[in-house]
Amino acid sequence: MMGRMNSRTVFTLGLVAIALALVSFWVGQQAYSWLPPQASAESILVDQLFSFMVTIGAFIFLGVLGALTYSALFQRAGKYDASDGPHIEGNVTLEVVWTAIPLVLVIWIAGYSYRTYDQMSILGSMEHIHMGMATAEAVSLIEDTDAISEPEPVEQIDVYARQWVWEFRYPQLNITSTELHVPNNQRIRLALHSEDVLHGFFVPAFRVKQDVIPGQVIDFEFTPIREGRYRLRDSQYSGTYFAAMQADVVVESPEDYQQWLSTTATQPPVTAYNQAFDEHQRAHNFISTGWKSVEPAPPPVVNYPSSQASNP
Amino acid sequence: MTNLSVDATAQVGQPLPGAPNNWKRFFSFSTDHKVIGIQYLVTSFFFFLVGGVFAMIIRGELITPEADLLDRTVYNAMFTMHGTVMLFLWTFPSLVGLSNYLVPLMIGAKDMAFPRLNAAAFWMVPVFGVILMASFLVPGGPSQSGWWAYPPVSLQNPTGNFINGQVLWILAVAISGVSSIMGAINFVTTIVRMRAPGMTWFRMPAFVWTVFAAQIIQLFGLPALTAGAVMLLLDITVGTSFFDPAKGGDPVLFQHLFWFYSHPAVYVIILPIFGIFSEIFPVYARKPLFGYKVVAVSSLIITGLSGIVWVHHMFASGTPGWMRMVFMATTMLISVPTGIKVFAWVATIWGGKLRLTTPMLFALGGLTMFVFAGVTGIMLASAPFDIHVNNTYFVVGHFHYVIYGAVVMGMYAAFYHWFPKMTGRMYSEGLGKLHFALTLLGTNLNFLPMHPLGLQGMPRRVASYDPEFAFWNVVASIGAFLLGMSTLPFILNMIGSWVQGEKADKNPWRAIGLEWLVSSPPTPENFEELPIVVAEPYGYGKSEPLVANADKLEVAHESR
Repeated sequence: MMGRMNSRTVFTLGLVAIALALVSFWVGQQAYSWLPPQASAESILVDQLFSFMVTIGAFIFLGVLGALTYSALFQRAGKYDASDGPHIEGNVTLEVVWTAIPLVLVIWIAGYSYRTYDQMSILGSMEHIHMGMATAEAVSLIEDTDAISEPEPVEQIDVYARQWVWEFRYPQLNITSTELHVPNNQRIRLALHSEDVLHGFFVPAFRVKQDVIPGQVIDFEFTPIREGRYRLRDSQYSGTYFAAMQADVVVESPEDYQQWLSTTATQPPVTAYNQAFDEHQRAHNFISTGWKSVEPAPPPVVNYPSSQASNP
Repeated sequence: MTNLSVDATAQVGQPLPGAPNNWKRFFSFSTDHKVIGIQYLVTSFFFFLVGGVFAMIIRGELITPEADLLDRTVYNAMFTMHGTVMLFLWTFPSLVGLSNYLVPLMIGAKDMAFPRLNAAAFWMVPVFGVILMASFLVPGGPSQSGWWAYPPVSLQNPTGNFINGQVLWILAVAISGVSSIMGAINFVTTIVRMRAPGMTWFRMPAFVWTVFAAQIIQLFGLPALTAGAVMLLLDITVGTSFFDPAKGGDPVLFQHLFWFYSHPAVYVIILPIFGIFSEIFPVYARKPLFGYKVVAVSSLIITGLSGIVWVHHMFASGTPGWMRMVFMATTMLISVPTGIKVFAWVATIWGGKLRLTTPMLFALGGLTMFVFAGVTGIMLASAPFDIHVNNTYFVVGHFHYVIYGAVVMGMYAAFYHWFPKMTGRMYSEGLGKLHFALTLLGTNLNFLPMHPLGLQGMPRRVASYDPEFAFWNVVASIGAFLLGMSTLPFILNMIGSWVQGEKADKNPWRAIGLEWLVSSPPTPENFEELPIVVAEPYGYGKSEPLVANADKLEVAHESR
């Protein structure tokens, strides 16, 4: 079966492979539509990588599924056929091929992933000193390079996570907010702090994520490229009201951002709405046991309480 | 009443292995590996149903975006207990049960190397099962820190009680670990020392190779988890500060200890399922396992690599970039020996004479689901992509394709395939095929929607979510309830067929293997005379005897 392949078999196999490749390529192109909007330079890199892996994955999955389906449909034993199939114990050539091809493929995927990770450089430039790699390249992906050659880098913004509050602090004007405002097309640098347990800083539209670890300050970077309002979610399980620990990220033009900073600086601090705290005061559900929860932190007192307060 | 109890005592005094139709032996401290195997399988299946009820409660909450069915504390307890029960009380013990039943029969041994140790290891399962369930009754309820029990959340003890859900959880996991280590010592010793004459390493069925490879992982991995669990227990109970950052501890250290075992544990689970595939495909395709020796050895390569991939669970944690890159490379590599196996199974099936019986259907379904999970697995190995989907439903979808799609389907394949051997009865094909259809449909309805949810950014473990995620969650919940229903024809089939199924002869599938040369069910001693093995394990397509003394394996007076 496997050893002596005549030209007709080779031709058929070739046709099948080409058809599979075309279908897989099409599936890979669809992959972009399965993801949230591309709101950061990093998201463009990650989505390309994902589309590439979907293409290869679809080829392998559909190939195996096709072979199994063909066997199950056309290679069944007749009702009274008690005979065995051919006694084939293996085929060294074939086994070498299907070891070598996956090996090459995963090395290719790993190399591509390494390059992508390096270009993202989300853990900041310090990282590159340790890794001996080039400096951040994600910014260079933005087509409109004028917008990013801004001489003044944006100040590092402090992110505070506590059960179950996100609070953001802009040190230069010493203002606080429950909404993360950032200017478009500039490298944003955050300092992630947790005051109690593990949390996770996750903005799906930016494709970036980093655990926030108590006892450490983690430098984190990304470049937003699309104005709009996006969700920030806690991605590392943090206890009772974990799911309610969400906030909004607002990407706006540098002018609007400056405007927002100066307006907010004049606002007196007020108590913001906090869903966990609010729910803890009242919540009683259909099935209620009264199992005790860790007390939520008090609602933060900030210069800018988020305009869109309620989460499910 | 007094008479009855005297009778009972008299029966217990009987030599239990000598009474094949005495159902009471399944409730005794039997040392027969076949009794212990069935004890494991039935006990673990009970907990599979318990874990399934938890899953349906979870899906009930998630059918709407708001947290409106359960308190959030109850929801968090539900997913913690779902994961814990499914892993420690269903997946591990069911595979140990199957291995317990099959390994001595497959290598031509009369029992495991340490029969009493075997029984002791089993009886720990109901003990820690009860401890875990008892945590529902303590103030504050069961652990709510997820089955990873990451500190500092797992160190928070809002009730202030000394006996709380988290402490009971650690106790249960610790006993489970002791039981697993006892089992691992027994399996490794049995496979190394108890093989029948002529049963060389490369005459062992592939299933035995996978059990061997899997149990070695238990031996090197479990000490790390146990150390982590003990340190966590000390942090909670006596206030040490291994992991508490408020006192200078390091929570990331726990993650390393936990995943150093718990990633290889995935291979402890999947390797025997690979073994089941390797046994079942040749029987129902009537062809030898393609590239048997390579398939056998790749199990050991997987064992080796499984020890150096754990950080891929921590790509978004407190890990430096270089570490993420190193573990990305090792994780990519482990897909190569796994791929070898997949292609070998496809080649085994290709050109065969297929019989689509229930076990074959489950094995084919399981293989297909596994390949899908493998594809998403390679994606997750890629650090930059993983950073986006880490801790989202994409990961939940991926591992449920592994754990339900491949492992549970593979277990069902095994249940049906060896049911005639274990019980001496045939199961009902009609119910079996209905069970397969419901399982395949339910699995894909339940777990496929988790992939788009994760890609869109829905975190795992949330009790509530933004309304944009509602559609796929409704589909997933319907799938989950369907999966719950799918167990009914299986239970009906197993119980009904065991009671009144058609009698099975010793080899209803015309399968090649030592277990098929003895009666169904085998006698307590398995083999009257040890088999003398003279051939490789998959002689389909050539008529060559497997053993030299086939007619002497059983007692002469058993007329057949």
